[in-house]
Amino acid sequence: MTPYGSFTFFFILVILLAPTVILGLRGRRFHAYNMFVTVIALGIIFASSLQQAVALIGFTIWQVSLIKSYIHYRKKRNSDLVFYLAVVLSILPLAMSKLLPYFSTITFIGFLGISYLTFKGTQLVMETRDGLIKEDLPITRLLYFILFFPTISSGPIDRYRRFVKDLDAQISGEQYKLYLYEGINKIFRGFLYKYIIGYSINYYVISKLKFIAHSPLEHHLYYMYAYSLYLFFDFAGYSAFAIGVSYVMGIKSPENFNKPFISRNIKDFWNRWHMSLSFWFRDYVYMRFIFWMTKKKWIKNRNTLSNLGYILLFLLMGIWHGLEAQYIIYGLYHALLMVAYNAFERFNKKHKWWPQNKFTHALSVFMTFHFICFGFYIFSGQLFHKGV
Amino acid sequence: MDFKNEVISLLAEICQDDVIKENPDIDLFEAGLLDSFGTVEFLVQVEDRFGLLVPITEFDRDVWNTPNNIAMQLADLR
Repeated sequence: MTPYGSFTFFFILVILLAPTVILGLRGRRFHAYNMFVTVIALGIIFASSLQQAVALIGFTIWQVSLIKSYIHYRKKRNSDLVFYLAVVLSILPLAMSKLLPYFSTITFIGFLGISYLTFKGTQLVMETRDGLIKEDLPITRLLYFILFFPTISSGPIDRYRRFVKDLDAQISGEQYKLYLYEGINKIFRGFLYKYIIGYSINYYVISKLKFIAHSPLEHHLYYMYAYSLYLFFDFAGYSAFAIGVSYVMGIKSPENFNKPFISRNIKDFWNRWHMSLSFWFRDYVYMRFIFWMTKKKWIKNRNTLSNLGYILLFLLMGIWHGLEAQYIIYGLYHALLMVAYNAFERFNKKHKWWPQNKFTHALSVFMTFHFICFGFYIFSGQLFHKGV
Repeated sequence: MDFKNEVISLLAEICQDDVIKENPDIDLFEAGLLDSFGTVEFLVQVEDRFGLLVPITEFDRDVWNTPNNIAMQLADLR
C-alpha cells in the first residue's frame, strides 16, 4: 500500500496511532509502542510486494552491519581507505538498483524508499568518521531511525543525532497537546496541498491542456507553469503528511519546504526547496568536497573550486533522480545557474550594481521563479517527448 | 587579543566585511555574509589557527549563526 496514497491508509493510521495519542496526552512514554506501530505499518506498506519486502530486509541488514562494523573499526583506527570503502558499500545497493535495470534483467534490489534510506545510512558512516558518533548505537534505535515509517517512502531525510534527541525528550501531556495540534494541522495542510490543489492542477489544467492551449508554444508554456505548481503542491503535501504523522509520534521530522516560489535567487531557492535533500547534499557532498580540496590545496582559486563543487553536487543530484537525459540536464542546468549566480554575486559585491529595494526584490523573485519553472520543465521530460 | 575577538576578526576576514566587528550579533546566514563555501574556509582556518577540529555537520546554522555565538561554541570546544 502506498503511504498516504489512499483513504484506507489514513484510516489504518488513525487506528494504529490512537494508543499513541492516548499515551501522549497522559504524558506517558510511547516510543516503544511507536516502534511496534512502525513494524505493523511497514508490513502493510510492503505487503503487496514480496520482492520489495525481501529487498527492504536485505538492505537493512546490509546497512546496519556496515554501520556497526564501521563504528567498531573507527574506535581503534581511522584510515582514509576504509572510510571511502564504507561510503561506497553504503551507496552500493542504491547504485545497483538504479544501474542494473539498464544492463540486465535484475530488478529485485530496489524497493520503495531505497534512496532515502541510503541517505540515512551514508550519513551515519560520515558522522562516525568525523568522530560525532563514538559509541556503538543501540540496535533498536538504529533500526527505528532508518525504518521510521512516516518518512520511509520519500523523506524528509532526518539526522540521527537530531532524531535521538527527540526520542530522549520527556514530553508532558501539556507539551504533547502542541505536538498533536501541530501534527494534525500539518496533515490537513497535506490534504489541501496534495489532494485538493495538486489534484485540481493536474485534473483541470495539465490533463486538459489540449483544450486550453491554442498553439504548441502555449501548450509548453502552460505546461511549464502548471507542472511546477503541481510538483510543489504534490510533494509539499506528501511532506506535510510525513512530518505531521511524525509529530503525532513525538518526532519533529525536519521541514522540507519553505515557500520556495518566493525565493529571491537560486541559492535562496535551494534553501527552501526539498530542504532535507539539498542540505544533505550541501553537508555531505559540497562542503566536504570544498574542505578536502582546500586542505589538499589542489585547487587554489576560490571561484573555480566553488563552481566545481556546485557542478559535482547538482550533477550527482541529477543522476540520483535517474539516468534519463532530462534528469542529468536538470542537474547541469542548476549547476549552471549556481555558477552564474555566484559570478553575479561577486560582481555585485564589487560594483554595487544591483540596488536593494522593493522593486528589485520583486523583480528578483519574478526572475528566479521563471528560472525555477524552466528547470522543472526540463525535469518533467516534456522537452524530450516527441509530439504534444 | 582574547579568543573571542580573534574569532570575530577571522570571521570578518572571511566574510570581507567589517560590519561583523561592529555588530557581532548579526545573523551571518540571513544577512548573506556567510555561505557554505565561507563556512568551510572558516572551519579550515579554525583548525589551522586554533587547532580546533569542527566537523562540518557539527556546524548547525541554527546555533552557529552570529559571530558571538560562533565564538561561544568554539570557546566551549577548547
